[in-house]
Amino acid sequence: MAAPCVSCCSAVSYRLFLGGRVSLAPRQATWKAAAAELQRAAGSQILRLRHTAVVTTKKNVAASRQETYTVDFIKKQIEEFNIGKRHLANMMGEDPETFTQEDIDRAIAYLLPSGLFEKRARPIMKHPEHIFPKQRAIQWGEDGRPFHFLFYTGKQSYYSLMHEAYGKLLDIEKHQNQLRAKGLFLEKTKTKDLIGSRWLIKEELEEMLVEKLSDQDYIHFIQLLERLLTLQCGVAEEFVQRFRRSVTIQSKKHLIEPLQYDEQGMAFSTCEGKRKSAKAEAVVYERGSGKIKVNGIDYLLYFPVIQDREQLMFPFHFLDRFGKHDVDCSVSGGGRSAQAGAIRLATAKALCSFVTEAEVEWMRQAGLLTTDPRVRERKKPGQEGARRKFTWKKR
Amino acid sequence: MLKGVTGLISRVHKLNPGFFLHTGTQAPQSIVAHLDNQVPVESPRAVSRTSESDPAKHRLQHEGQHYNIPFQDLKTVFPHGLPTRFVMQVKTFNEACLMVRKPALELLHYLKNTNFAHPAVRYVLYGEKGTGKTLSLCHAIHFCAKQNWLILHIPDAHRWVKNCKDLLQSTYNNQRFDQPLEASAWLKNFKTTNEHFLSQIKVQEKYIWNKRESTEKGSPLGDVIEQGIARVRNATDAVGIVLKELKRQSSLGIFHLLVAVDGTNALWGRTTLKREDKSLVAPEELALIYNLRKMVTNDWHGGAIVLTLSQTGSLFKPRNAYLPQELLGKEGFDVLDPFIPILVPNYNPREFESCIQYYLENNWLQHEKSQTEEGKKELLFLSNANPGQLERLCSYL
Repeated sequence: MAAPCVSCCSAVSYRLFLGGRVSLAPRQATWKAAAAELQRAAGSQILRLRHTAVVTTKKNVAASRQETYTVDFIKKQIEEFNIGKRHLANMMGEDPETFTQEDIDRAIAYLLPSGLFEKRARPIMKHPEHIFPKQRAIQWGEDGRPFHFLFYTGKQSYYSLMHEAYGKLLDIEKHQNQLRAKGLFLEKTKTKDLIGSRWLIKEELEEMLVEKLSDQDYIHFIQLLERLLTLQCGVAEEFVQRFRRSVTIQSKKHLIEPLQYDEQGMAFSTCEGKRKSAKAEAVVYERGSGKIKVNGIDYLLYFPVIQDREQLMFPFHFLDRFGKHDVDCSVSGGGRSAQAGAIRLATAKALCSFVTEAEVEWMRQAGLLTTDPRVRERKKPGQEGARRKFTWKKR
Repeated sequence: MLKGVTGLISRVHKLNPGFFLHTGTQAPQSIVAHLDNQVPVESPRAVSRTSESDPAKHRLQHEGQHYNIPFQDLKTVFPHGLPTRFVMQVKTFNEACLMVRKPALELLHYLKNTNFAHPAVRYVLYGEKGTGKTLSLCHAIHFCAKQNWLILHIPDAHRWVKNCKDLLQSTYNNQRFDQPLEASAWLKNFKTTNEHFLSQIKVQEKYIWNKRESTEKGSPLGDVIEQGIARVRNATDAVGIVLKELKRQSSLGIFHLLVAVDGTNALWGRTTLKREDKSLVAPEELALIYNLRKMVTNDWHGGAIVLTLSQTGSLFKPRNAYLPQELLGKEGFDVLDPFIPILVPNYNPREFESCIQYYLENNWLQHEKSQTEEGKKELLFLSNANPGQLERLCSYL
């Protein structure tokens, strides 16, 4: 059992190492290897090296090596990934057949915990198609003649897509004109619901076409698609749907605490809140006179500064429920301002259970329900603070 | 429109002084009864002023309302007694208005019913920071001044135990220390307050100041005070003499004596004063404090003692402390032991409304929102009905 573990560990580590390394220098593909193969294949013919466009998103990746991934290489990586996945499932004691990507992520996070803030710097294990950038197959035949008729435009997929879309547009217009001529045209007033989805962003389009685009290209494309949409034809809509992504509604993710009832029958709700390093837990009672007690002390004495009290006031002021609720909270850690922020978050969350859905949505948009992610940044060596550098001396 | 109606009501008050003596909460309804042809009052708002400027006649129905102290009284009765922020407010509004509140009314009731044959009763006003203890004390002093009592008012005992520029060794007793500046300042103010008494009270002993000056037996108290003011070196001794004489003679019944000390916890706390050799001075070693302690004990009769505890100027006490036990310490509490404690709470909703109305009438709240209900609720939340905090908040608006 030990030997397979070691090998699988090494396989896993190799994969992880690659993953980490490659994710820093994404989407660099050149055709050196491809061209080299061709050279070998074509024998003594000297071919010009073609460096086809690379979709580089990071411009400041300095002197990045031009990695070539042959098809065989990718296949090998996929095999290794699958084997590694099975080994990992064995390690975790789970069934290798039903080991999904989420399970893999969880297993890796468990086996190799990392305290790094940047999620992309942590160890990952994903299918090679997510890790290695998509590359185009060789686009010309043995005689050097390109396959696609738009190859010499430089952005063949983009222009072919534009042609396709415009062709569809013309077809639909012709069809509609014919119907109108016959008098069979029905004015459809149904408009497609565009809420909940958004257009592809430029990066996503580039990824789809594996080609670099300019901003103008992207704008033209989106305008063409919108023009298609105005025609109100079912065929067009399906085509356009390919280029829209759905936007998840945030507030559905937020859970509303159920109300609890204590001995006297008074409804109350408890919630926690955090800010920097302060943690607070607030209990909001349904009926009260607007008194707030923090750690058993009246809030006027606990927070002598007006700013902190204004923070506490914000949820109640927003919902206009000033004298209606009593709050009893306990807070620890952090400083004066952090504690005030933590209590504010906790009371806002607790108030959600007394309030309608629409008001919860308003609160979320006002930023009352979001934990402030700002934490103290660490001091780096060679600098005096997190950002401040030492005084620069000319000599 | 609200402001207009309020203005109308206050003007009506001033026109008929006897009008409101019978109603407090029923005031708006009586307005409706008498002025029903005019603008209808929407809701019973607390009316913020009363025209009753004699504290003796203040009753429970005046609770929450402001009464005016005429400027004459201000100069004689309170040369040094009022808190600084209040003085600034008086200067800004060009009038001195004090709110009538329950603890003050309670205190006045007790004072009215004092039995002068019994030893002086001690009343201690205590409460959280900023709730109005000093102003309640001033209310009581105003009342006593109107009743022609002799007022011995020490505005802030904390000022005597800290930040003293010069400490002299006492001429009377070598163990103790003198504070000439504070003593002479206090004597001046005492003189302004009690002018008419000074000629009546006669000194009962002979006091020798130095080789050339002495006060004969039977000369008026005014002489002693003059001596203290003129010769600053002897000011502390003059203060001691005044206190001793007043204590002795109040029992005779010529006058009633009110001893009012603000910041009483200074008498038993610690000081920040140091001798030349940098060792700390205990409060007993200060002549002023020593004499004052004798004053505050209840072994005399013919008057009353009203004390206020204050954390604001106190030394070495935590900010949350407001109970007598905490602020006075064991020693002070034992000395003061049989006393009547009076808690001064934050504003109740009616008093809060009244305070806001008062500020609005004087155009102190300039923010548009301060006149709306939401604005008032915000202010209520932020200040938690604490008078001091509310005043500080409103000064920004």
